[in-house]
Amino acid sequence: MNTLVIAEHDNSQLKPATLNTVGAATKLDGEIHILVAGENCDTVIQSAAKITGITKVLAVDSENYTHALAENMALLVTEIADNYSHILTPATTTGKNFMPRIAALLDVAQISDITGIESIDTFIRPVYAGNALATVKSSDSIKLITVRGTAFEPAITDNNNAEIQTIESGDNFAQSQFESHQLTLSERPELTSAQVVISGGRGMGNGENFALLEAIADKLNGAIGASRAAVDAGYVPNDYQVGQTGKIVAPDLYIAVGISGAIQHLAGMKESKVIVAINKDEDAPIFQVADYGLVADLFDVLPELTELL
Amino acid sequence: MKILVAVKRVVDYNVKIRVNADNSAVDLANVKMSINPFDEIAVEEAIRIKEANKADEIIVVSIGPKENQETIRSALALGADRGLLMQTDEETQPLAVAKILKYVVEAESPDLVILGKQAIDDDSNQTGQMLSALMNWPQGTFASKIDLMDNEVNVTREIDGGLETIRLKLPAVITTDLRLNEPRYAKLPNIMKAKKKPLDIQQVSETGIDIKPRLTTIKVTEPAQRSAGIKVSSVTELVEKLRNEAKVI
Repeated sequence: MNTLVIAEHDNSQLKPATLNTVGAATKLDGEIHILVAGENCDTVIQSAAKITGITKVLAVDSENYTHALAENMALLVTEIADNYSHILTPATTTGKNFMPRIAALLDVAQISDITGIESIDTFIRPVYAGNALATVKSSDSIKLITVRGTAFEPAITDNNNAEIQTIESGDNFAQSQFESHQLTLSERPELTSAQVVISGGRGMGNGENFALLEAIADKLNGAIGASRAAVDAGYVPNDYQVGQTGKIVAPDLYIAVGISGAIQHLAGMKESKVIVAINKDEDAPIFQVADYGLVADLFDVLPELTELL
Repeated sequence: MKILVAVKRVVDYNVKIRVNADNSAVDLANVKMSINPFDEIAVEEAIRIKEANKADEIIVVSIGPKENQETIRSALALGADRGLLMQTDEETQPLAVAKILKYVVEAESPDLVILGKQAIDDDSNQTGQMLSALMNWPQGTFASKIDLMDNEVNVTREIDGGLETIRLKLPAVITTDLRLNEPRYAKLPNIMKAKKKPLDIQQVSETGIDIKPRLTTIKVTEPAQRSAGIKVSSVTELVEKLRNEAKVI
C-alpha cells in the first residue's frame, strides 16, 4: 500500500518540514503521494512534483483550504484516505491541528510526533517531554502519523517530475471560519530548520535586549528563539518558544543565553549538535547539557561575542 | 450557557521521571500526581467566563481510576460547580478518551467544551480535536484568547508563524495554550467547600464504549543522555573552540 504525505505550505512555498516528512515516508513501503491543498498554490504544486521519491501529487485548489482549517482538511482527507496504508504530515501547529480530527473521523489512532520508524507498523515517539522514548505498534489499518521534522533527513528537491493529479475539493464546514492572522515577519531562517539558533531567556531582562541576540544571529545567519519564561514575560512573540509544547529544534549550533534550562526547554533543544550556554548562575541546569558553558553576565559577553564573530 | 472542562491526572510537571527496570513503562510508583497544567488553564478560563456572567455552570470531567477524584476536587476548589468521574482502571488512549467525552457531552449538552491542548505525560495533543470531530463541531486549538459572543466564539490560536484568529459557531471545542491565562491558586475555604460539591461517578465499563487501545507499547527507554561539556573562561576561548574544535562557525 502507498503512503500519503500532506504538504504544509503557505500557498506560495512548501514548508521545510514537509521535506523531512517525505524523508520519513521513504522508510515505509510503496509509493509516496503528496497532497497539496490550498488556494492559488500552483508554485507549491510544482515544487512538490520535484521532490525526489514522490510519484504523484494530488492537487486541490479551493478557497476551502486557504488557511488549512482543520475541519475542511479533515473532510477532504477522509475522502481519499482509503487508498493509503500510511498518512503522514509534519508535527507542526498545522498538522497537530487537523491530523487528530482526520484520525477520529476514520476511527483510527494517531501516532504523534514520531522520531523513528522501526517497521511499517512500529514507531518511536518521545513522551514526558522527551525524557522517555516509547516504541509503539499500531493495530489500525491506516496509520496516521505526525512527524518530528528534526528527526528525519529532508528529501531532496531535484528534477523529479511527478504526475500531478487534480482532485475535487471536499465540502466546506460552515461552522468555522478564518478571521485574521498576525504573522511574525522575519528575514531570518525559520527556527525549526536553521543551522544556528540563539535563544534568550528571562535573563534577557526585556524585549529590547533581544537586539543583542539579533546582532549575533545576523553574523551567523541564525534564527532567534526563546524560553517559555521570556515569551510569558512578553519579551518576544509566542512563535519564538522552544520547548516541549513550543518548537523542537536541532541545529548545528544552539546558543542559550540567560536560560536556566527547565526540562520543558531542554525537551525542545537537546538534540542540537553543539550547545553553548551563557548564564551568570553557574548552577543553572542548562550547563549539564551544554558542550561549552560560559559563566558570565550576558550583557558583558554578548557585545564581545558579536565583535569576535 | 454550560461549559464542560476535561481534566487529566498526570505526573507533576516538576517530577523528573524514570523508566522502570524492565523497560515496559515510566515508573509511576510514589510519584507526585497533579492536574495536567493545560487542563488547569482550561478550568481557569471556564471560571473567568462564568465570572463575566457569560456562563452559569461549569462541569469538570475526568477519566481514569478512583484517584482522579482528587484531580476533580482540585478543579472544584478553583471554582467549577460539579464533577463527573468516568471511572476505569484500563489504559485510555486519546481516541477512547474522545469517545468517552462524546458520551458525556451527549448527556450534558454543554455549549462549550474546553480541554488542555496536550497532556504532559504522553504529549499526544489529540483529544480535543478528536472529540470535536466525533461531535461534528468546530474546533479552536492552542487558544491564547477566547472571545465569547452569543452564538459564536472568536479563538486566537498560537501557531508556528504567530497568531491566528478563527470564528466558531457554538457549540464548539477549544483547547488551551500556555498564555490563555494564569490559573489562580485555590484558597483554603474553597478547598473545604469543594469537598461538598457534587461529584458523580460512572463506570466506563457500563457505557458500552469500545476503549480498547489501538497502540501497543512495545518498550519504553531512556533517551541517550547528553553529558556536560567544558566551561570556558572567556568569549575568546569560546569562539576559538567553536571555530577549531566544534567547527560549527
